[in-house]
Amino acid sequence: MIMVHSEDEITVSLHRLAHARAGDKGERLNLALFAYDPCHFEVLMAQVTEERVRALFAHRGVSRVRRYPLPGLAGMNLVLDDVLQGGVNGALNLDGHGKTLSFLLLGMEIALPVTAKV
Amino acid sequence: MTFLLGSGAGFSGDRTDAAIPVVAELVRRGQPAALLFETLGERTLAAAHRARHDDAGGGFEPLLDELLEPVLVDCLDNGITILGNFGAANPAGACERVRVLGERAGRAELRIGHVQGDDIRSRLSGIDLQNWETESGEMPDEAALISANVYLGAEPLVEALSLGAEVVVTGRVADPSLFLAPLIHHFGWQWDDWDRLAAGTMAGHLGECGAQVSGGYFADPGLKDVPGLATVGYPIIEVEKDGSLVVTKPPGTGGCVTERTVKEQLLYEVHDPGSYLTPDVIVDISDVRVVQVGPDRVAVSGIRGRPAPERLKTTVCYAGGWQGEAEISYAGPNALGRARLAAEVLRERLSFRVPPELHSRLDIIGHASVFDSDAGDLQRLAAGAENGDYRLRLAAGHPERRWVERATQELLALYCAGPAGGGGVRRQFQRRVCTASYLVKRSDVDAFATLYGAARNDTRLHNAIPHNEGSHDHGAQ
Repeated sequence: MIMVHSEDEITVSLHRLAHARAGDKGERLNLALFAYDPCHFEVLMAQVTEERVRALFAHRGVSRVRRYPLPGLAGMNLVLDDVLQGGVNGALNLDGHGKTLSFLLLGMEIALPVTAKV
Repeated sequence: MTFLLGSGAGFSGDRTDAAIPVVAELVRRGQPAALLFETLGERTLAAAHRARHDDAGGGFEPLLDELLEPVLVDCLDNGITILGNFGAANPAGACERVRVLGERAGRAELRIGHVQGDDIRSRLSGIDLQNWETESGEMPDEAALISANVYLGAEPLVEALSLGAEVVVTGRVADPSLFLAPLIHHFGWQWDDWDRLAAGTMAGHLGECGAQVSGGYFADPGLKDVPGLATVGYPIIEVEKDGSLVVTKPPGTGGCVTERTVKEQLLYEVHDPGSYLTPDVIVDISDVRVVQVGPDRVAVSGIRGRPAPERLKTTVCYAGGWQGEAEISYAGPNALGRARLAAEVLRERLSFRVPPELHSRLDIIGHASVFDSDAGDLQRLAAGAENGDYRLRLAAGHPERRWVERATQELLALYCAGPAGGGGVRRQFQRRVCTASYLVKRSDVDAFATLYGAARNDTRLHNAIPHNEGSHDHGAQ
């Protein structure tokens, strides 16, 4: 879904611009995120910040988010601590691995200039 | 000459017919090759220790027969070495099972490598343990301890190959080490040739999860379409002596190998891309290049290595009481309202029917569940369609089974005493296994390999078997 945000900006779901995969180790989750089109890498770097990811996962008790840019792959690796509420062996969540959480990230809204290629 | 690494399984519970087209392609190519089965997750090993506790002959991969039987003879007849961590909590038991499978197939002389030394439970109290990263890691009571296993590196597996093993059975080893070992054995890579060890480790990292690099765990219809997921081809990694590698899959299978599938798997379960720790090498993939070089062929280059970490990771599993789940469905007009009312009633019942320390969580599946917190923030805040098809789910944890049973019984009672039209209750209980990770000194770990049925360092057997190209002695690290 594309929403006209203002005269010169539109808002799109990150899902339209990038793909992601979740992996877990203990209480730590990593979300690897890659732009479909390398021309969107800078937009991801500007808007998928540690602060915004932390806010998106705040309800899950995330204690720290670290972002590792991967310009050569037009992507980034996001590492989230303490977001699994017990991990694969201890969580009461149906998805103790956090495998579904790549799509929580992909629901983030990204602002683009109206002239941008989507 | 190229060495081929074929993936036969990426986890315990993976498709048991996946290895068949992989082996057919390895045979067709006729190049030196190994088939790898990675079937041992953090959770799997704890379950295996439970199984061994209940049955001394069990505790190895329950699907071992189904995984091996369809491909064993083809591998043996074509010099394709099989390595698997399907030994789980009982590698000796798995060796015996492989021996029986060999005998049944007319291969009574099958040489089985038995890797040992990962199980340090009996010695845990006498060795130096450091906490792993951020874990607080208070050691559980002896009575609660289920298992303690070190993530071994490639060394004892290479030792098994040097002994002439045709099938190598391990318990806990680092997943990529399963793939790295046959490369070291074949190419004669040195134990301090860090860039080569790093490349082989990433070949393993890319292959260890089976279809996850070739179209599995990837499809997103309309954006990332994958053909033929029902017959997805498991990966084959082509590795050269200089460490260059190409990811591909057997022709005629489903799935796809693209830059996108490879990039996603490259970072899977990786934290700092500049410092991916394994027992064999520290890998730096921050400058990696991923390039499509043909249909279903992707080259990965630019992998760098640094000296291996001083210590080895050990995962300890211990009993964490009981966990139970129960669910009930509400559908049609006002279903969300009835599911919410059911949740409210259940919360009130639990407030006086179970002890306050019972840890519980309520999801309304179809409205808010896997993204939600244990506290149910999203369930309260999210807007949802009143009419729909919802399932209220209770999950509860407590050290004593009776309180978990009581909590789930309260959900069951919603049939007659809850909102209108609730149906389809299912309940289940299981023992909860918790894990904690530590770092141990290499000098506290005694990892080695024998040929199953022979004693350790049995030189008669060792010398009787011709070494493969590139095999070499290696010093203990």
